[in-house]
Formats: sequence, structure tokens, C-alpha cells
Amino acid sequence: MAKLPTSVDKIIKEHGPHAAYPPKSGFEGSHEPDKLVKTHCCYCGMQCGIKLKVKNEKIAGFEPWMEFPFNEGRLCPKGVQRYMQNNHPDRIMGPIQRVEGKGFDPISWEKAMSKTVSEIQRIQKQYGNDAFAMLSGVSLTNEKSYMIGKFARVALKTANLDYNGRLCMVSAGGGNKKAFGLDRSSNSWADLKHAKVILVAGANISETFPTLTHYIWQARDNGAKLIVVDPREIPFARTADLHLPVRPGGDSALFGAMLKIMVDNDWLDHDFIENHTSGFEETIEAVKDYDLEWAEKESGVPKDLIYKAAKLWGEANTSFLMHARGIEHHTKGVENVLSCINLVLATGRIGKPYCGYGTITGQGNGQGGREHGHKCDQLPGNRDITNPEHRKYISEVWGIDEKDMPGKGLTAYEQIEAIHRGEIKGMISICFNPLVSLPNNNYVREALEKLEFYINIDTFLSETARHADIVMAGSLHEEEEGTVTTAEGRVVKINEAVPPPGNCRRDGEILMELADRLGAGNKFSYPTSEDIFNELRVASKGGTADYYGITYKKVVDNMGVFWPCPSEDHPGTPRLWEDRKFATPDGKAHFNPVKYRPASEVTDKEFPVVLTTGRVVSQYLSGTSTRRIGKLIDQYPEPLMEIHPKMATLYGIEDRDLVKVKTRRGEAEFPAHVVETIREDTVFIPYHWGGKFSANQLTIGNLDPVSKIPEFKVCACKLIPTGKKGSETRTETAYQSWL
Amino acid sequence: MPETNYDQEMAFFVDMQRCIGCHACEMACAECETNGQESMIHVHYVDRAKSPQTTVQVCMHCEDPTCANVCPADAIHQDEFGVVHSANTSRCIGCSNCVLACPFGVPKKEEKAELMMKCNMCYDRTSAGLKPMCATVCPSQALYYGTREEIERMRPDSVPVNSFKFGAQEVNTKVNIMMPKGTHQLVVE
Repeated sequence: MAKLPTSVDKIIKEHGPHAAYPPKSGFEGSHEPDKLVKTHCCYCGMQCGIKLKVKNEKIAGFEPWMEFPFNEGRLCPKGVQRYMQNNHPDRIMGPIQRVEGKGFDPISWEKAMSKTVSEIQRIQKQYGNDAFAMLSGVSLTNEKSYMIGKFARVALKTANLDYNGRLCMVSAGGGNKKAFGLDRSSNSWADLKHAKVILVAGANISETFPTLTHYIWQARDNGAKLIVVDPREIPFARTADLHLPVRPGGDSALFGAMLKIMVDNDWLDHDFIENHTSGFEETIEAVKDYDLEWAEKESGVPKDLIYKAAKLWGEANTSFLMHARGIEHHTKGVENVLSCINLVLATGRIGKPYCGYGTITGQGNGQGGREHGHKCDQLPGNRDITNPEHRKYISEVWGIDEKDMPGKGLTAYEQIEAIHRGEIKGMISICFNPLVSLPNNNYVREALEKLEFYINIDTFLSETARHADIVMAGSLHEEEEGTVTTAEGRVVKINEAVPPPGNCRRDGEILMELADRLGAGNKFSYPTSEDIFNELRVASKGGTADYYGITYKKVVDNMGVFWPCPSEDHPGTPRLWEDRKFATPDGKAHFNPVKYRPASEVTDKEFPVVLTTGRVVSQYLSGTSTRRIGKLIDQYPEPLMEIHPKMATLYGIEDRDLVKVKTRRGEAEFPAHVVETIREDTVFIPYHWGGKFSANQLTIGNLDPVSKIPEFKVCACKLIPTGKKGSETRTETAYQSWL
Repeated sequence: MPETNYDQEMAFFVDMQRCIGCHACEMACAECETNGQESMIHVHYVDRAKSPQTTVQVCMHCEDPTCANVCPADAIHQDEFGVVHSANTSRCIGCSNCVLACPFGVPKKEEKAELMMKCNMCYDRTSAGLKPMCATVCPSQALYYGTREEIERMRPDSVPVNSFKFGAQEVNTKVNIMMPKGTHQLVVE
């Protein structure tokens, strides 16, 4: 019965989002804290070190952690304000249940647990085990990610487990596995500082990973040239040596053309290609007909810029290539990633100092969260759930019969489709807000409403949690011990600063009790998070993501350890492939032919404008916490539609005019932000908001065939000026949403 | 005056090229216990319609501070280290002379409190041997606090400038603006 129990207005009134600000004089004890706890920011994949001030078991503020080697005290606005979550008045302080016509009422943990377990058992008995699905998130620690993978397969006995990394990193992961046999950035960021050319594709580093900008500036101080590929002149691109304003969907045409130019000019490392790679001939065959005129037409990048970029990249001695969602959120996301990797392999600039390749994880544990088995097709250690040997090994670690291990399940968006088909009847989710973060979210809402039972574990009542029958009050980043793995592959330690408040419980404890009540308690007996981690170490042993040699002590002593780390005397691996032995079956890095194809939805007469989406610096993902932090809301109160002055003139649109943006999935009104820093044929809307402010009402649910990532970054829209003016500041409506 | 760990070798450097407009400096500045959750540093777009270029407005801590010179209540104090402090709350009469006189447009009058407030170089931190909060957190290090030798070594393409000319008025400051090599003075006609 996953329909809203009452009006959204009533739910918002009680559970928010409400904007919270620190008291004028700071929180009690902020100047004389009881203790300073070293931990990490809860947001993006940089996982910057930070010290939290604790007074009377509440977070009272923060202090920069100068000694942590990645960020040395540096933080972005989200990092500075992250401490505001703990004292937030919207926090769900104990389990609540849906009450028709009223909203949500508190219930006891006993009732929440018994009702949940009886509904899971009812649905699975009636429809089969796979009819109860699970969705999880990669803001969770490694320990929780691992436990969720085991919980779904061993306690729930369902194949249908997936995670919100499906909306984030899976195209990069798919490309990495094809090319290198292993899914991790090849280097620590330290190699960036001395690279002579840095190519950043589809990564708004300045707004999504701000603390990484310092590394790139250090490289530029050392003489590096910077190439930025992005449809917008993002802040970071303003001073770049080359900004290639690619049309959304045109990336692989651009990278393919660059490869062709490099081949024509012999800017290649023949020794590396011959001895350490395979597939080069087929790969250049795929781009042999590309010329600059064609590339300019398909990519939208002026041909002289394409040539300059190829020359700069091709002739460099050292280089680093990075990408993120801009090239990955596509129905050809894996192809885009592979076309980037082809540029790296063609020059042989990998596995040696100051040379590298990195995918930047957007979510806090986007890296570790994709290694420990809460993907629908994966077991711990980045093992394959369809591989008999892998299944056997993990079954032994878990103490179950291999035949009882479910097989490959459905990905996140496929689960939504399966609910519509009536195949999935119940769901449990943790740390995932699909009603904001999945594309085509009106379709997602309809799916949620079809569920017979939906249970949500979270800390705030997100847009999705409002649909739950029961919400179990879980824990924040600072309320549980564990580890996360940063975007550069560094495993770092999260320390418990405060206990969960009120009647909240640690996520791990919630899962363990559910497992116990589902009859699998003997498989989920972990007195501490370290016990979970030690089992994870064994489960990952021998896998491509090998954590066996990493211990809590080692992580703390070294302020992080890079995986793979196969034995306790192993120091970890900041830079991969120095021995030129890749993790593929033949030990070689694989070129992959990429033949350009258009996006799944292209513009036409009815929908003539390209729509793309992304983030702003003050918000994080679906905004479940950041849309509750007053100063972050004030910084960017509502989603604006960026539009170039030429297109604005064509439609008679002026700055702050309200424009209806319509696609084949839905329509919504956004104030126009007329700026010259976007392509003339493209509009951009940030996606952090829900309800009537949701950009994802408009985006398309078409999926990459390999990674099953949705095509968030390109669809066709039409613009309809409303004749109304948006208010200069609509802060009062910024954290509302109608559904 | 009690002993402090204020290190006079340390200086403040602002490099507008690096600013990504993220506002982390403002958020962190507001955490200072003396600021009442107000930021004493301000980030502005130059012309957002044309560019994402932002600038940071921070007290420049003039060697001969005009704001203090024009204060009729003697509320603005420059200490022995050259730090120009925010108005003394018991003296400030909220007249706004300092606001009008500052060539950099820095002091702001807090209307509710009838009080001028501005950056005091995080004196609570710098006097204890720490760095100012804004420069500590700045993710792109557009704000840097360290020695002149450090910044000249780290950023060979630019040079710190702390001499400004506003018409006939020449102003030297404790805070430096990073400029292209060869620049010695910033002139505002």
C-alpha cells in the first residue's frame, strides 16, 4: 500500500524538508567540545578528512583536519555544513508507520520489525522470493554495502538487489572491466600534480568535487595544460587551455576523431601497444572514416579545437585523463568510457609516474560501494554472481549451499519496470531516493504506488520514504563505525562521533535484527563493524577488489590504504599497472572499438532542444540532507534552467522568466538563467530537487545495454515561455515539493 | 596584551583565477565564534550572464587603514601585527564612515546591531598559530595563508601584489592579490 497516506503539505509540515541554521552563537559547546573525532565528510567520493566537534553526544561543529593527506583541511561548502545533519529537527527519531488519512505515527521497534518480517514472508510465499526486492545506496560504508549484499541473498533470498551506484558509476565500471579487467581509477590523485596534460571529460570538478581542483591547479603551476570537455563553461573550464563544448551525446565522436588524428600523426606508443595491449587494429578500423568535418558535425565541437586537443594529448610526455557522469550517464556510457580509455592506451601513458586515468565517483562510497556485492550481478571482491567458482567461494564464506545463492537480478530501473509488470510486489530500500534520482520519475511514483508493502530505512523522510508503509529510523555517517573507499581507491576510516539519537538505530543493527527474524541470524552475528570488515576481507580475497591485507589498524596508522592489498604485509597499491600486467584473462589492456551512434532520443521538430542535467556545488544527489541545510539552500534555492542568450532571444525568454520545459515524459516550469556559458542548442537543469521542481520528471529511462545506466545526460525537450516571471528568490518554495 | 603565537612571516594571498565560486570560505568564516554566523568574506560574480568568474571580497588589512582613520569613535584598532580588527562593540556608533571610506568596499554595517563588522584575519586562530578558516578550507586554494617564499615557489607564473593605487591614493596592504608575473601595482583609475 505504498501510496501517500495524506497530502504532501501535511507530510512536509511534520517531516520537512525544513531549512535549519546554526544558532547565532553556534551550537552549545562548539567552542569547548568534549572531543574532536577524526572522520570524513559524508558527501562526494573525495571523502575529505574532517574533525567533528562533539559536545554532550551531539555534533557541535567542525574543525579542519590538516594532517589528512588528500585534502589537508580543505573543504567545500557541503563539507563545512555537513555537521548540520546531526542536530536537524527533521530527523526521524524512531520507527514510524503509515496511517491512512493522517500521515505517519511512531511505533515500537518490535511492531516495526514484526510487521515488516510478516509482510516479507507473506509476499514471498504468495509470489516467490524474487517478488520482494531491495535497493541500497553507496553513501553507505563498505561494511554496510557488504552486509546488504549478503542480507539480500542469504536472509531475503532474493535475486533482485541493486544499488544507486547504478545511476552513478556503472558505465565507468563496465568500461574499466572491459579494458583493464579491474574497476578502479588507475592512480592516486598525487600523480595528477606532475602530469603535463590533463583531460577532464564530463566532470564538473569545480562544483561536484571542489577539493580536487587544488590538485589540478598544482599541476598547472608545474606547467600542465588543461583540456575540459563539457557542454557548459563550468567554473573550472573558465581558465582551461582548451574548452571543448561538446553537444550532449557527441562524446564518442569527439574522442574517436581525436584517436584518428593521433593515428594519422603517429602520436602513438607503438611499443606499449604491441607488447601490452590487444584490439588496436580493430579499434582504429572503427574510426578510420572519421574526419574533422564529420566530427565537428556530430560532436558539436569546432574542428580546430578537436585537432588542438588531439595534438596536445598526443604529443605529451605525461598525462592524466579523468571523467565522470557527463560521459557516463548515457545509453552508450560504456562506449564513451572506452573511447576515453583508447586515448590513454594509444599513448601508453598509464602505469607509470605522473600518468594515469581516473573515474571520479560522485557518491561518498561510490568506489567501495561497487565492490562488495550489492549490485544485482555481483558478489564481494567484485566477483561475478554467474561465475560458478565465484559463487562457490562466496557460498563457503557465507556458510550456505551454493544452490541457495540467488542468481543475477534486475538493475534499479529494471526493478521499477518489473513493479509495473506486477513481478515485484514488495520492496525494502536503504539510503536511496529513487523518486528524485531515477529518470522519468512520474513512472517511478506510479510503480511505488503499486507495491503491496514498502519499507524504507533512512534518517530523513525523503520523497521516496513518504510512500513507505514503515520507515525505520537509521543512522548517519557519524553514528556508525566503518570504512569507505575514496574515488582514488583509498580505503579510509569512518569513526563514530555520536550515537544515533532518540529511538534511532544503527543501520547495521537494523539489518542484523531483520536477518535474525527472517531466520538467518546465525549468519549475521557481528558484535562490531570491524567484525564485518574482517569477513569482507576474506570474502574479497582473491577477487579483483582484494581487501584481504587491509585492517582497521593499518587504515588508521596510514590514514588510508589503497586496494588491491592482498596480504597484511602488502602496503597497498596507489598506482596500478606498473608491472604492465593487467587484470584481463590475457594480461593485456584491451582496446575496444567504438563506433559512434546517436543518443537514444534526438531532437526533432516537436522537441527541438537538447536537455541535459547535472549538479550544483551546494547540493548533493537527491538532496535528502542538503535540501534541509539552510545555508546550502540559500546558496542555490531552486533549480534554474540555464539557456544561452541566442536561444533565449529565439523564444523571447529573458532572465528569470518562467519557462515550461516539456518532454515525452513530463513537463515542469523553471526560471530561466540566461548565460553565455552553455551551448546554444542545449539547456541545463540541476536534478537535486523533487516534485514539481524535479528535472527527472523530464529525463528518459533508456538504458546502456552493458551498464544499464539511464540516459540522464541527454533527451529532447521543447520550451514554452509562460509569460510569468520567476521570483528573484523563491527560497520559501525551494524545499517544498508536491509529491 | 597576552602572548600570542601570531607568526608575522605568514601572509594572506588571494588568487581570483582559482576561485570557483563555491562559497566554502563564507560558510567557514561564519563558524568563527565572534561572527554570530555572519560571514566576513564575500563571494560575488563579476557578470554571471557572461562568465562564471567570481571574486572574493575580504578585508585587505591596509598598512594605514582608512577605515580606522575616519572612525570618529576610535572603534577600529590595528594591532602590532598589522591586523585591522572589527569595530569594538562598545565604541562603534554605527555611523558607517568606515563603510564609505574603505577603498576596497569591505566593511559592512550590520543594521540590526548598528555595528560595523569585518574580517579580523581570524585573529582567534592566527594568534594561536592556526590559519584563517577561509584560507584553510578554500578547496582550490584561491585563498592561501603562508609565507611569501612558499607562494612564490609554488606558483611560479604569478606574483603577489599588495600595492594599490586608487586615483591619487596609494594603499599598501597586508593581504596580497596574485597577479601575472611582472605586475607590481594594481591601479584603479
